[in-house]
Amino acid sequence: MNLDLNGLLTFWARRWDDILELLGEHLTVVAVALALAMVIGVGVGMLVWDKPFPRSTVIAAAGVALTIPSLALLALLIPVVGLGWTPTVIALVMYSLLPIVRNTVVGLREVPPAIMESALGMGMTPFTVLLRVQLPMAWPIILTGVRVAAQLTIGVAAIAAYVAGPGLGQFIFQGLSSLGSKNALNFAVTGTLGVVILALVVDAAFVAITRSTTSRGLRA
Amino acid sequence: MPKQPNTAVLQIAGKTSGALIELDHVTKQYPNQPVAAVQDFSMTVQPGELIMFVGPSGCGKTTTMKIINRNTAPTSGSISIDGRDVLSLNPSELRRHIGYVIQQIGLFPHMTIAENIGVVPKLLNWSKEKTNDRVHELLTTVGLEPGDFAHRYPKQLSGGQQQRVGVARALAADPPVMLMDEPFGATDPITREKLQAEFLRLQASIGKTIIFVTHDFDEAVRLGDRIAVLSNRSQIEQFDTPANILTNPANEYVSSFIGLGTAIKRLVLIPVTEARLGPASAAAGGTTTIRTTDSLRDALDALVLTGLPALAVLDEQNRAVGSISVDQISAVLGTEVPVLAPTAEV
Ligand SMILES: Nc1ncnc2c1ncn2[C@@H]1O[C@H](COP(=O)(O)OP(=O)(O)OP(=O)(O)O)[C@@H](O)[C@H]1O
Ligand SMILES: [Mg+2]
Repeated sequence: MNLDLNGLLTFWARRWDDILELLGEHLTVVAVALALAMVIGVGVGMLVWDKPFPRSTVIAAAGVALTIPSLALLALLIPVVGLGWTPTVIALVMYSLLPIVRNTVVGLREVPPAIMESALGMGMTPFTVLLRVQLPMAWPIILTGVRVAAQLTIGVAAIAAYVAGPGLGQFIFQGLSSLGSKNALNFAVTGTLGVVILALVVDAAFVAITRSTTSRGLRA
Repeated sequence: MPKQPNTAVLQIAGKTSGALIELDHVTKQYPNQPVAAVQDFSMTVQPGELIMFVGPSGCGKTTTMKIINRNTAPTSGSISIDGRDVLSLNPSELRRHIGYVIQQIGLFPHMTIAENIGVVPKLLNWSKEKTNDRVHELLTTVGLEPGDFAHRYPKQLSGGQQQRVGVARALAADPPVMLMDEPFGATDPITREKLQAEFLRLQASIGKTIIFVTHDFDEAVRLGDRIAVLSNRSQIEQFDTPANILTNPANEYVSSFIGLGTAIKRLVLIPVTEARLGPASAAAGGTTTIRTTDSLRDALDALVLTGLPALAVLDEQNRAVGSISVDQISAVLGTEVPVLAPTAEV
């Protein structure tokens, strides 16, 4: 079974609209999951960063979630939430939490003691210090966590087709399930290539986002 | 509308010049430390007084200051500002009315210089214009051109410039009390002297109650209304005016801290006009002259530098009012120096 480049190009030409739609879905499901994971992860990080026991518990729990094989996790979610977007988003959020929570905690804790002391010494409340000093200073580190989560979830999302989830996984699964047929390889290759390209583009986007949202005073 | 600060804080907040600070038998024992960092420390600082803390590294100067603004809770003892027990006040609101320059400066790296200075005004809900005006005024006061510095970030400043921003930031909301932990430590001698002069001029007009930590005894003599010489566990070895400490050190410890050259150090404190000046004709010409506003130390400096027997002293209107020589300087010290024997007081 050989990959026929001409056949692939014809396949792309014919399926171009489908490809774009799946790419769009893939990007959307990842973005939705990351946004949710950021709200939850940064929020939890802000709650636990200075409390040793809750901090290690949360990070350990997020770590455990990451070790569940994605196929198994998706399968487990079907009886609870059914098929489609919902189990996909839940699974992606669970995978994203560890890098985001951990980097939030690290970032908030890394603010030098002198900065904390002067912030409190000037009359900021601990909550104001968190919002106006620690979060902005931790921001590049938090974004790095989100970036790692993005890479992770773009890959995992491809498997979500297994629970009838959105995205390029549909092509990959279609290819795998029809091996031997004329277009099987074209489906699988297109889906895989799409995932890789999406991952590269998103990563580049994160570099730009990090640059433009980090204070100039913090940039090296 | 933020929640109303309690009335006790408002009392402190209402004033911009000096408040009375009293520390009463204050002890601070850090956990797992063999000895207390501050032990049984009592001191009364009068409104508008500038108190210098001098003492060796680790003797508890920083800890004592941190107790005043509640950055550290005392193990026992009480602290009051204008008669209000600070332990009963909301710590964050209290601190907005105590300017605090920490030893490590601690500027916020993600904020511009203007934003750093504007932190407390913002906490106090000042308007943008008022904050802006204040930031510009303060940058000028500490000798940093606002147009050049306001929009820079801390990392774009030298250590000494950062320290000046730290001082400006502490002064921002015009607090009645200032705690300054080695604020000029990172500046070269020339800049430091300029800052000291500027600081004295400023203090003369704003009259805050200031506690100022320094390792530099000359700085303490130059700036302080009173100096507290501290030893380990923040023990007060002597607490008196610079002149009294120089002429009458309480014990060996204080003497050793003052170091050599007490006579010369004292001259800094004495204006030329204290000397019985010689006739203007005694000045052997030369271009170097002394002003009536100079200190005897300046006069001695000039005499040593020029090698002349006497120099002319000019008043504000550049009129020669007399001359000064080394003998006349010695005479001033001679009449002032009592016995140098250690005394048992304090
Ligand atoms: N957070 C802390 N925990 C435990 N011990 C501390 C703590 N902070 C200070 N100490 C100890 O308390 C003592 C007094 O420290 P402090 O910082 O007040 O000294 P200092 O006089 O300001 O010294 P320096 O001139 O070096 O700044 C020191 O022995 C120090 O080791
Ligand atoms: Mg100190």
